[in-house]
Amino acid sequence: MTKIRVNPIRCEAHGLCAELFPEWIRLDEWGYPLINPEPIPRALEAHARRAADACPTLALLLEKD
Amino acid sequence: MSEAPGAAVLPRLLRGVSFRGTAQLDRHLDLHGPLPTARELDGPALIDLAERAALRGRGGAGFPAAIKMRAVTASRGHAIVVANGCESEPMSAKDALLLHELPHLVLDGAALAARAVGADQVIVAYETQNADTRISLEHALKQRRAAGTDSVRFELFPAAERFLTGQETSLVSQINGGPAIPSFIPPRPTQRGVRRRPTLIQNVETLSHLALIARHGAEWYRQIGTDSEPGSTLVTVLGAVRDPGVYEIECGTALDALLSAAGGGREQIGGLLIGGYFGSWLPAAAVHQIELSHAALAARDASLGCGVLVALPESCCPVAETVRVAIYLATETANQCGPCVHGSAAIARTLHALGSGRAAPSAFADLRRYTAAVTARGACHLPDGLARFVTTALRTFAAEFDDHASGGPCDACAAPPLLTIPAPVPQRA
Repeated sequence: MTKIRVNPIRCEAHGLCAELFPEWIRLDEWGYPLINPEPIPRALEAHARRAADACPTLALLLEKD
Repeated sequence: MSEAPGAAVLPRLLRGVSFRGTAQLDRHLDLHGPLPTARELDGPALIDLAERAALRGRGGAGFPAAIKMRAVTASRGHAIVVANGCESEPMSAKDALLLHELPHLVLDGAALAARAVGADQVIVAYETQNADTRISLEHALKQRRAAGTDSVRFELFPAAERFLTGQETSLVSQINGGPAIPSFIPPRPTQRGVRRRPTLIQNVETLSHLALIARHGAEWYRQIGTDSEPGSTLVTVLGAVRDPGVYEIECGTALDALLSAAGGGREQIGGLLIGGYFGSWLPAAAVHQIELSHAALAARDASLGCGVLVALPESCCPVAETVRVAIYLATETANQCGPCVHGSAAIARTLHALGSGRAAPSAFADLRRYTAAVTARGACHLPDGLARFVTTALRTFAAEFDDHASGGPCDACAAPPLLTIPAPVPQRA
């Protein structure tokens, strides 16, 4: 099971994650990610990986249980 | 003075408090007896004892002490212990009282905690505004050295006077030479904390309980309190009572019994703040329904926190009090996490406008949105605490907030504040 989490100290609201993984991430009114805390379906794991890799501050963490 | 339930066997921790001032080592030992030696009670046995006593942390979160100790022993590396005496809650007085009046109880507990996790070093962190604290601790350590009491090494750490000082990762950062700001978890301090070592951080009251549990056993500890929250706990009672101050109560005590013990109502109560600035507002009518335990308060969307209980007198304006504290909390942000930086400022700004009758019609809806937006979005729980403080105020004092929104400040707004705000201090680098 994979979940995605943000390190809010690192995050600088670039917003790429919400563009690359809109199924799971949207932005709040200040541009910071609101992340679905549920486990990510296997079919969407590639999107999650892409979003985490693209984050300019490496603020997204994929956590495997 | 009427007695709260359990009063017959209390005080336990506060037994050594007297008009003669700080409890000296000989008087401390007369009162409580010597600590069991490591042969009589070794580290694993101590952790088992804390588990059987169901000892919970008294810093605010109420986390089981035994679980934290086991997390430290499960981590690789040479463990270190921090006795956390930085309550950071501006209205709490219990930690400072323990450090100043009963330093040997705290130091006993810290030495035991070190034994439990196999540490040979303890750092006692205290807040610098309490100048007497250092004198009292240094004197107590000198007495212990002369008596050969401890096999662990003690170190004193004066911490910054900020709201986030006592937060665990923030305290670790300061001891490591950094600023008073929280860090992201993982790693937890139990894994990697002070000097990159597995670090057990326990509140000084938690340690004081441990000092008595080690002497008298888990069954003794469980003689009072509730099944899930046995023992006694320290609370700071303030506001509309004749005798404000620190009280030791049985866990689960009824709030009205405690307020009676504190001399009863000095005047009519307009509302209750349970758990300090990280706590919740409840209506005055709830005074007869509240039991002071984590479980009972959780059912009311409240928490005991570090035990600050304020009976707000009817002569105080709840709107003005809420606005002042919200602004204070918002300015104490570590400025690290976006939702907290933006959201806390937006909450404080909107509330201030509401209180002065200058808010936009959308203000209440905006506040609901902002408080939801900051909850669980920071590396620490400062934004969550601010959101709970504000949300419960808006619910409890809905009529008062409506009046201020339409009519501006009331007569009581200009009265001296009851909820105190520490004077601003220069930010450390």
